[in-house]
Amino acid sequence: MSPVKSPARPKKPARPVKSRNSAAGFKVVNHNVEKVDGICLATGVAQFVDDRKFPGLLFIKFLYSPHAHARITKIDTTHAEQLKGVRCILHYGNVPRVLHTTAGQGYPEPSPYDAAMFDSKVRYVGDRVAAVAAETSDIAEEACRLIKVEYDVLPAVFDPEEAIKAGAPVIHDEPDLRGAHDAKRNMAAHVGIEVGSVEKGLAKADHRFEDRYELGYAQHCPIEPHVCITYLDDRDRLVIRTSTQVPFHARRICAQVLQIPEGQIRVIKPRIGGGFGAKQEVFLEYVAGLVTLRTRRPAKIEQTRAEEFYASRTRHPHIVNMRIGVKKNGMIETLDMKALSNTGAYGTHSLTVVCNCGSKALPLYNKAKNVGFIGEAAYTNLPVGGAYRGYGGTQGFYALESMMDDIAEKLGMDPLALRRKNHIRLGESSPVFAALGEGKEGYDQAMASCKLSECIDIGEKEINWAVERKNHGRGPVKTGVGCAILMQGSGIPGIDMGGATVKLNEDGSFNLLVGATDLGTGSDTVLAQIAAEALAVPVGKILIYSSDTDFTPFDVGAYASSTTYISGGAVKKAAENVRRQILSVAAEILSEKADNLACSDGHVVSKKTKKKISYRNISLRSLYSRNQFQIEATESHVSYVSPPPFAAHFAKVAVDTETGLVKLLKYVMTVDCGVAIHPKLAEGQAEGAAMNGISYALTEEFIFNARGAMVNASFLDYKLFSTRDLPEMKTILVPSYEPNGPFGAKSIAEININGPAPAIGNAIKNACGVRLRSIPYTPEKVLKAIRRQSAPAAA
Amino acid sequence: MKLNVAINGEAKEFDIHPKDMLLDVLRDDGYTGVKRGCSTGDCGACAIILDGKAVNSCILFAAQAEGGKITTVEGIGNPKVPSPVQREMTDAGGIQCGFCVPGIVVSATALIDENPEPTEDEIREALDGNLCRCTGYVKQIEAITLAVKETRKTRGARLGVA
Ligand code: FES
Ligand code: FES
Repeated sequence: MSPVKSPARPKKPARPVKSRNSAAGFKVVNHNVEKVDGICLATGVAQFVDDRKFPGLLFIKFLYSPHAHARITKIDTTHAEQLKGVRCILHYGNVPRVLHTTAGQGYPEPSPYDAAMFDSKVRYVGDRVAAVAAETSDIAEEACRLIKVEYDVLPAVFDPEEAIKAGAPVIHDEPDLRGAHDAKRNMAAHVGIEVGSVEKGLAKADHRFEDRYELGYAQHCPIEPHVCITYLDDRDRLVIRTSTQVPFHARRICAQVLQIPEGQIRVIKPRIGGGFGAKQEVFLEYVAGLVTLRTRRPAKIEQTRAEEFYASRTRHPHIVNMRIGVKKNGMIETLDMKALSNTGAYGTHSLTVVCNCGSKALPLYNKAKNVGFIGEAAYTNLPVGGAYRGYGGTQGFYALESMMDDIAEKLGMDPLALRRKNHIRLGESSPVFAALGEGKEGYDQAMASCKLSECIDIGEKEINWAVERKNHGRGPVKTGVGCAILMQGSGIPGIDMGGATVKLNEDGSFNLLVGATDLGTGSDTVLAQIAAEALAVPVGKILIYSSDTDFTPFDVGAYASSTTYISGGAVKKAAENVRRQILSVAAEILSEKADNLACSDGHVVSKKTKKKISYRNISLRSLYSRNQFQIEATESHVSYVSPPPFAAHFAKVAVDTETGLVKLLKYVMTVDCGVAIHPKLAEGQAEGAAMNGISYALTEEFIFNARGAMVNASFLDYKLFSTRDLPEMKTILVPSYEPNGPFGAKSIAEININGPAPAIGNAIKNACGVRLRSIPYTPEKVLKAIRRQSAPAAA
Repeated sequence: MKLNVAINGEAKEFDIHPKDMLLDVLRDDGYTGVKRGCSTGDCGACAIILDGKAVNSCILFAAQAEGGKITTVEGIGNPKVPSPVQREMTDAGGIQCGFCVPGIVVSATALIDENPEPTEDEIREALDGNLCRCTGYVKQIEAITLAVKETRKTRGARLGVA
């Protein structure tokens, strides 16, 4: 199936292209202002979901399936109900069956409707069987143990390649399933494109490369687990206070599953303790909501760390088969990628993540005339995939950038030279942009900003490439360096929309209301800076309030690296609109033309007479005395391009060839994110993403037993990097100016999680000559590869 | 059973169950700056200072704190008067979502109290039990290094030797 058509882009460009091309002269933007919520977080007064008390709160616990695949034949809650303190038990027999997707995407969602709140079939170890609400969490847990469930155990399938073969157990056989590509073959999603001719291209190439790369399960591990509290307000509306990245999608999905209108639900997002995609999923809120609707009591679900691992959402494991055809001179002519994603038991984000595996990575080498991509997502009886920072890009760049080094080696070229020869540049496009978007066709775009060459140059020096490439040290510990180059996007073109409201107060301060969701990314600060710059006030004059579905305009939420670019675009428009209103009131007062007036430091100044009037006086007049009105504006923003940020990553490793232990010594990132609205926060985004990617490349993995149960669901057994593992890390922002972004900005949230796996893999290859094509690079794997390499070749 | 402790300098008495964990008792009493990230002693979000040592309150029975002096993040500073660690965490970019931050502030404060001139290695060592998924630690270590300098200055000023 080829991707479905995207709606046509409007004729007029969405935004006029500004002539400005640098951050010079900005007063607030591109400055490290104080993070608006910094001190309240540092002192512990910031309110997260669970930091408020709710009298009469019920605690909800889940009973999970011990089987990877089974039909529930009987469920008996008699004993559980008799336990003192139990208030409500939910299971498939007593809740409405509404198939939906928990994906937390825009409407209509590109993910299949294959999940019910509770189902009579369980599809992985950790699938939900029942929920109990009780006066304490101990009672709720105890009651879960008292529920008697009889199962008809079915054969399970854990390997995605097996799952899509004929004869495999069918995981989704429900007749009301919608939107899966071919459920009988366990195929949740399928997409394919071809530009030119891949087979002809490969046949003609001077050199052909083909390999298979594997990336496994990983969990986002926000330090705050998923938590939500629901209650009824005075008017009997359901209020959902939740750790979500997508308040508005959460409201819509809860309305859908609970079968009540959106207007009967209010979603509040307080401070959020990280998400990285995990909190884009809406799978707890409606359960708590139903308990509240049934008991009329506040109810809370707080996942344990173990639940976060096995019963929440994960990165989609991928098997990526990559083929590249090159000319002798190093020109890449043909790129072909076939990705098989394991979406686990449910297909959330299955189509779009696998699409992005190709659509984010393949445009990087845009000189290729032949480009093929097939993406498939298989259902298996394992934990459920979901959105995870990098979103397919992590998987795609792993294959592409690992293979680039093998090509360079074969051609006797420097890996950087090979990349320089082929990478996309300013003003250029790639046929992939139009052919492949997120789950459908994309939009063509030419690079309006691109400092990738500079990123490579600067990183090359910083890592001391020429010397370190050749210097491997003596003795059993070998050092080496490797590189990977990357691009991502800024929001989903033609889909993502953000709204913002700005209004002026008497004291010359402004309320900025945004649906955009700061989940720790710093977007409240960044958006306040954009408003402050446009209104010519210090950032302290901007009172930002984010994401409450009753009070703020709509925003799709925090995902797809969209907030700075898309929501920031809306904030800029709204602030500029308010600025025009301020100028016109000032024009009345000063009896001058608005064109002759300028905004400066909270005042309007006449360019001619130099007369000044403060925002305070303008506000007082417009609110209280003449031609009264509230100076305010709400604006929305959509973009039909998704300007990619670019980055070059360099890793220096030491490989102990006797133990297989890989130690990361130094990590350098050079990043073009346009104008960094807040350089320090931007660096922080890069460092956090890279650290997560490093940990994924070296240690993080899900270990399953033969029954498909994860056996290492704790921070003790699932190793996240900590301060002691931190390498010397250097982040260099390489400024460009993106004319489509607010004040020249592009995204930075995701791109840098994609570099470590290939860059470290390439460094290992450089250090000791072994090529690993699956992560994590555990000592066991590395040692095996070293042994295999040094063993005399079999006859 | 009864529990008597001093929290942030204030004497408190609680009615507790022998099974109650210290984290729950603290949060229930409004010290919600103390966070829960795992309940298994592996993330450091629930760190407090108990009798001069940073400990994870999620794996301590409340009863074990009997007679102890507890400092939570709330007792280290407040938005009007943040401590040098809290100030530098904010200014140096050590905070993203901030969920790990109370624990990090506590660990760093306990470190500096005990060892006013820690090396970078000692800072890394002290923070090893505090997981942060957002920042990659780079700016948090910078922040604490700056806070050490800041603390030295104020201490010097107090002694009249700055
Ligand atoms: S909550 Fe105590 S260490 Fe994680
Ligand atoms: S700032 Fe989010 S976990 Fe540390």
